[in-house]
Amino acid sequence: MMLEVKNVHKSFHGREVLKGIDLTVDKGDVVAILGPSGSGKTTLLRCINYLERAEQGELIFDGEHFDMRLASKADVTRMRKKTAFVFQNYNLFLNKTVLQNVTLGLTAGSRMKRDEARTVAIQALERVGMADRLESYPSQLSGGQQQRVAIARGLASNPEIIYFDEPTSALDPELIGEVLSVMRQLAEEGMTMLVVTHEMDFARNVSSKVLFMEDGKVIESGPSKEFFANPKEERSRAFINTILADRR
Amino acid sequence: MNERLWGILIDAFPKLLMYGIEVTVPLTILSFALALIISVIVALIQYADVKVLRQICRFYIWIVRGTPLLVQLYLVFYGLPSLGIVLDAFPTAVLVFGLNEGAYMAESVRGALEAVPKGQVEAGYCVRMSYLQIMVHIVLPQAFRIAFPALSNSLISMVKGTSLAASITVMEMFRQAQVINGRVYESLGLYSEVALIYLMFCTILTALQHWGEKKLGSYGGVK
Repeated sequence: MMLEVKNVHKSFHGREVLKGIDLTVDKGDVVAILGPSGSGKTTLLRCINYLERAEQGELIFDGEHFDMRLASKADVTRMRKKTAFVFQNYNLFLNKTVLQNVTLGLTAGSRMKRDEARTVAIQALERVGMADRLESYPSQLSGGQQQRVAIARGLASNPEIIYFDEPTSALDPELIGEVLSVMRQLAEEGMTMLVVTHEMDFARNVSSKVLFMEDGKVIESGPSKEFFANPKEERSRAFINTILADRR
Repeated sequence: MNERLWGILIDAFPKLLMYGIEVTVPLTILSFALALIISVIVALIQYADVKVLRQICRFYIWIVRGTPLLVQLYLVFYGLPSLGIVLDAFPTAVLVFGLNEGAYMAESVRGALEAVPKGQVEAGYCVRMSYLQIMVHIVLPQAFRIAFPALSNSLISMVKGTSLAASITVMEMFRQAQVINGRVYESLGLYSEVALIYLMFCTILTALQHWGEKKLGSYGGVK
């Protein structure tokens, strides 16, 4: 088991957003976190990477236990050495070129030598098909291209797991495919991924597990195939039906 | 225009220009440097939300922006000596101009810092950069670009503002014009002339601003 979180609680301004979430991710898993807007999916992911502080919860990463409320700065940094985070809005550094976006985390964050960082960054950018735009600035790229650079930025530090927070939600429909295909390729290479998404095809065909959330609670979790073919809970069924109905 | 006036103006020009270059310009540069240091520190304290210090910064901005610059000059130069604090006229001017413009510039810099999307800070943390590294590599360069027009504005406004130093006996360009005028009584001509020299200085700065904005670029052109 690579990552396990237990009993995560989080509220904003007195409103409880996460009401005791449990989640386990094994090495090589691609877990899709599904659920209607406002169900707490993004908050869960942000708590797991300490972009938000949970009020309660335990996190076990590579056998190491962390209290999600009390984890120290050093704990967080140590854990982030093994993780990468891909944001909905890409969040590339706008004053840096594509290449610098990827190297900066390596040279500043991981103290890698400049030449080595450059080599590693170019390799990562090749994996997402962006090695031909090294000197471009984010503002000169499409959303899909920016997101692929953001994925390369995460890949460059050789993480054990990548968190994706609705990676295609900000994209124009015609640009979603290029990002999903990079993610599918990563999944095929055995990368462990935890993905908050609304892309049902991705959840059904690429992810190995599904975690379905509603109203801050886990309603159902299990292998993707089972979840889509034979949802156990009434609310999961309703959710799948709504999504499929929307598409017709 | 008669020949006497021409003679006076031509005579006065090099004198005024000399005081401009030797006093007004250094006064502006020193005051602006002080203002810049103050503004960046005050803005960063607010941006990082440092407790207590933040309150002090808001108090400073409130006082300085809420009282007239001329009154501040008088207070420090003529008022503080009663408390035993005596400063020469020139340092007083630098201090007051620096503190005064610093308060306005702090707001420009703070606005610019806050205009840099927060997501980039989070992304920096996620690639294990420290707060300091994120500020140095990501936030400050972008904030500087955003604040540049406002800061140029402050600098240009300060060039003209230094003429107020005449009121606390600093012998700068405008004070020199007053002195010459005291001898020859050609207010219209002399004050127009000194206005023209200020205009000249500000024109140069405006050109520098445009050059600087081009030089800074906009990270790929789209903004």
